[in-house]
Amino acid sequence: MRVMPYAAIGAHYAVHLPAPDDFAFWRERARGLIQCDVPPDRVSWIEPGATGDLFAAEGPSRAERRMPAPPADARPVRASQRFLTLARSAALHSEPTRFALLYRVLWRLQRQPRLMEDKADPEVRRLEELAKSVRRDAHKMHAFVRFREVQEEDGTPHFVAWFEPDHHIVRAEAAFFMRRFANMRWSILTPRGSIHWDGTTMREGPPARREDAPGGDPVEELWRSYYASIFNPARLKVGAMLSEMPKKYWKNLPEAELIPQLIAGAQAREAAMVAAGARDERARPETLAKVAQGIAACRDCPIADCGTRAVAGEGPSQAALMIVGEQPGDQEDIAGRPFVGPAGQLLDEYLAAAGIERGAAYVTNAVKHFKFAWKGKHRLHQSPGAKEIDTCRWWLDAERALVRPRIVLALGASAARGLLGRTVSVNRERGQAILLGDGAELWVTVHPSYLLRLDGAAREKQAVLFAADLAMVRERLGVD
Amino acid sequence: MVQQPLRKRDLRQKLEILADAAKYDASCASSGTAKKNSLGGKGVGSTEGMGICHAYAPDGRCISLLKILLTNHCIFDCHYCINRKSSNAPRARFTPQEVVDLTLSFYRRNYIEGLFLSSGIVKSANHTMEQLVEVARILREEHDFRGYIHLKTIPEADTEIIHQAGLYADRVSINVELPTDQGLTRLAPDKNARQIEGAMGRTKERILTAKDERKRFRHAPRFAPAGQSTQMIIGADDASDAAIIGKASRLYGDFGLRRVYYSAFSPIPDASAVLPLKRPPLLREHRLYQSDWLMRFYGFAPEEVANAAEADGNLPLDIDPKLAWALKFRGSFPVDVNRAPREMLLRVPGLGTKAVARILASRRHRRLRLDDVARLTVSVAKVRPFICTVDWRPTFLTDRADLRGLIIQKSEQLELF
Ligand code: SF4
Repeated sequence: MRVMPYAAIGAHYAVHLPAPDDFAFWRERARGLIQCDVPPDRVSWIEPGATGDLFAAEGPSRAERRMPAPPADARPVRASQRFLTLARSAALHSEPTRFALLYRVLWRLQRQPRLMEDKADPEVRRLEELAKSVRRDAHKMHAFVRFREVQEEDGTPHFVAWFEPDHHIVRAEAAFFMRRFANMRWSILTPRGSIHWDGTTMREGPPARREDAPGGDPVEELWRSYYASIFNPARLKVGAMLSEMPKKYWKNLPEAELIPQLIAGAQAREAAMVAAGARDERARPETLAKVAQGIAACRDCPIADCGTRAVAGEGPSQAALMIVGEQPGDQEDIAGRPFVGPAGQLLDEYLAAAGIERGAAYVTNAVKHFKFAWKGKHRLHQSPGAKEIDTCRWWLDAERALVRPRIVLALGASAARGLLGRTVSVNRERGQAILLGDGAELWVTVHPSYLLRLDGAAREKQAVLFAADLAMVRERLGVD
Repeated sequence: MVQQPLRKRDLRQKLEILADAAKYDASCASSGTAKKNSLGGKGVGSTEGMGICHAYAPDGRCISLLKILLTNHCIFDCHYCINRKSSNAPRARFTPQEVVDLTLSFYRRNYIEGLFLSSGIVKSANHTMEQLVEVARILREEHDFRGYIHLKTIPEADTEIIHQAGLYADRVSINVELPTDQGLTRLAPDKNARQIEGAMGRTKERILTAKDERKRFRHAPRFAPAGQSTQMIIGADDASDAAIIGKASRLYGDFGLRRVYYSAFSPIPDASAVLPLKRPPLLREHRLYQSDWLMRFYGFAPEEVANAAEADGNLPLDIDPKLAWALKFRGSFPVDVNRAPREMLLRVPGLGTKAVARILASRRHRRLRLDDVARLTVSVAKVRPFICTVDWRPTFLTDRADLRGLIIQKSEQLELF
């Protein structure tokens, strides 16, 4: 290359870059031009394949020959670290004027060494913007490259991806994929060039076409299943998705083809969820009479299908003690009142013996309808399931909120579940108070019908325990 | 023993059930861990500080990890949870090896950054925790996997097993589940707030000890280098935003958490009747995240954020918490961008940390005009009523009662296309 001793006054220079991402080449030429004092408006920077401007028409060889040589005493060119970092990124942008902008800023830096700190300067801002879109493009490449597995002739798996970057980032990002997939054989094909890693060396290849990449991978079916299952249709936020995963990327993402149908189905799925949850949001009743009306009309759980009538609680609306049974039985259903059958009579006896006045307590059940199965002509009691108890708990909570009892006595495990929402072992939890959220004390004991099913020594033993539990409740009631 | 190779269809069904069951968990981030790469190793994987979102779901959330449950069978009966014992949800269960294979085949195709593994509780807390740890062990030891692993730990499990989890995982998390103890007793009757916080406390100690040892011995084992996080469900009980913010800041303080995730309660299939069926607006969750940011990056104290709340203790939904604070404390504005200290600039609605850094750097060179500020910020219109520059002073705007109406942004929740 023949160099001119100095920059010719008023001359224009055209620099042809060997590759659109060759920052080192730009840096070297820019340094020389600045040392020759060539102002920015006298330099054209031309990428391979670009037609360039007027001066570039002279062609690469002549332009190269015309490159000036810096004088021996030229001052060294300086740039801040900040500029270098930013320029390295910005140089990868596909914007054709980027090298000119870089040169202008470098030129100004020689006179304004702290220019880069002036974030309000339009050229510094522009540089930052370019670098930012390059970073974003690189980030999207890290995220949206999708490898597909193919078998090589020797049987080793080879992972091949097709990606369409906006900027000249492919070579710069090769290292990221190498660090991540060091022990895999992979290739990333793009319209701007391709890179290949065989586990030890990186090779660069020419631009590729989409058809050069494999068309599918069996694992994609699993991946799509995952994609469709992991999103929550109750929280559709299409805008948020689009801003991070713009549509232009969709065509190369195997999962993206599902998006339209997922969105379309989401609202229906949410509605179905709510419907499956059975109950519309409704206001809690403000009086016990309204609770009674509510349960009479309630169809929230399958017990309602038994066709029985609902049995409301009874007793003073401000009782200090609330007694909760399991569910109405055959006789309760007929009478429409709680605890009137054999178990109720037994309970009355024990309450009287313990010195608790039944009339002063509010007596109710965890489940308001009678669940039974026909056995010949008889209606046979069936225990309510956890789900049914939980569903009916809404009414029990409403009663508790209205009566505000200080002490709650749960008879049996179903009643305890209605109050606590969890499976309760009566034997483990009886004999001690459990504090409820509203400050009330809960005492758990067995259901009197349990005593009815026992006889002999077992019954005697349980009778003593039951009486002791009631005595304890009596004692707690006495403490004010 | 030779295992029957699993039919692909079965695997797919399990994946559908066990990913579906994991979708209510908000935590999915994969950032902030120690840098690793697979050079010189035998397996795959790298982590470079910043996590990568590999896809976005139509709910706007990022997918960076394979987020699944090992099983959705559960002996617990938490009302807000679709996997609770009394729910009729279809059940499935992965073997640890199946999770390992899925993770690796997704990872090799660059679909994910790693694994987020949680589980319903089967047999016992210890048994379940051991299974979770086994997945991480196989990935790390047998496959030399160097991607990200987040394990949900079960507070009821023995300390020693949780410790194992932290040795394999980048992050561990223990969910506090609900903002108040009453909420927890009511909706998660099998769980216990003291136990949960006890486990968080022990994990914090372990993290600190491991960091300390690492300073002295370069080869000391790492323990959950990405720290611990937690999740709270919002809107299932009646805790106010102020209460939630208070709880979160206490958790950050006491347990050195990296993140507190909020998950707006969403109606679940087969929901328990104890729950409200209406979902809280997603915006509420968003406002809570914004307030979290104010505390973590903008120097707001929890009480200050709570001050931005309305009389019922909830943050306004129509404006962001920073703007809400500014409108309540108008006396602090306008802020002079050429003179105000960093802390004050950070309080200006519309000025983010980056914009503030740019302003501070630029004003060493020039006295800023409104045009300059416009170049440094996203939207000068939002900022203008609260600042003054060489050529601008909002003489009347901050006094106008309808200011709030003037700068309110549109807040739409659903978008269809
Ligand atoms: S048992 Fe309870 S929940 Fe079921 S229908 Fe009757 S009142 Fe409703």
